[in-house]
Amino acid sequence: MESKTIALEDAQDIVVARNQVRSIAAALGFRAIDQTRLATVASELARNVIKYAQRGRLIAQPTESAEGRQALRLIFEDRGPGIPDIAAAMSDGFSTGRGLGFGLPGSRRLVDEFKIESEVGRGTRVTVLRWKA
Amino acid sequence: MSARIPILKVGRVLIVPIQVDMDDQTAIQLQERILTELERTGARGVLIDISLLEMVDSFIGRMLSDIAAMSRIMDARTVVVGMQPAVAITLVELGLELKGVETVLNVDEGFKLLRDEFDGADEEYAYRGLGAIGKQDNRT
Repeated sequence: MESKTIALEDAQDIVVARNQVRSIAAALGFRAIDQTRLATVASELARNVIKYAQRGRLIAQPTESAEGRQALRLIFEDRGPGIPDIAAAMSDGFSTGRGLGFGLPGSRRLVDEFKIESEVGRGTRVTVLRWKA
Repeated sequence: MSARIPILKVGRVLIVPIQVDMDDQTAIQLQERILTELERTGARGVLIDISLLEMVDSFIGRMLSDIAAMSRIMDARTVVVGMQPAVAITLVELGLELKGVETVLNVDEGFKLLRDEFDGADEEYAYRGLGAIGKQDNRT
């Protein structure tokens, strides 16, 4: 399956992102609970893009290990303000927005791999991956 | 554009069946509408059916907690019914406990819980409707 890019431009795109991710996960044969985990992560991280950077994009990238094990990688990219203190942003309950501060640390618990790259003033890229069970 | 979520009043309970995937704005509006209806109707319970929600993220989770907290201040009890197992697992992993939100398995249970709550404590009001019917019966 090919990669799919979803534009994140307004709050409605958060709904689009989570629904698209769920159907991609379903098409790849992820079990229901993992579809929910991936849709939830998509919702959390797409909201972060809209909230902090106003716009960005999500790339949903089906991938495979050398042994043929399938996974879904989600890449959230924006050219927003960046995250000055990633360690703080990753701790439960920390928020500079109006949220509860569970977006980033909570999302990390829903996936197998989680990576943040961010440069202040340049933007942020969050990459997550979940293996098919 | 977002579909409007109905708020039904049955006795002293507001029933809110969420049957659409809510965007953030719809969720905020729903919260405000529930509070407005509580004030307008004097309802004592709010039953939110989320059995069709395939995902509850931190935003919707916070909305549910907020509705419960605000309703409590307005002397009403909130019960969330029908959470799908995958949603429950994901919420716990996210770190959301839905503090202050009572959850039950289905609408029947939720309604029973809320109805029992008002029986006795609020008998006069709860049975005003039934009482009126009773009076009519006495007259015939």
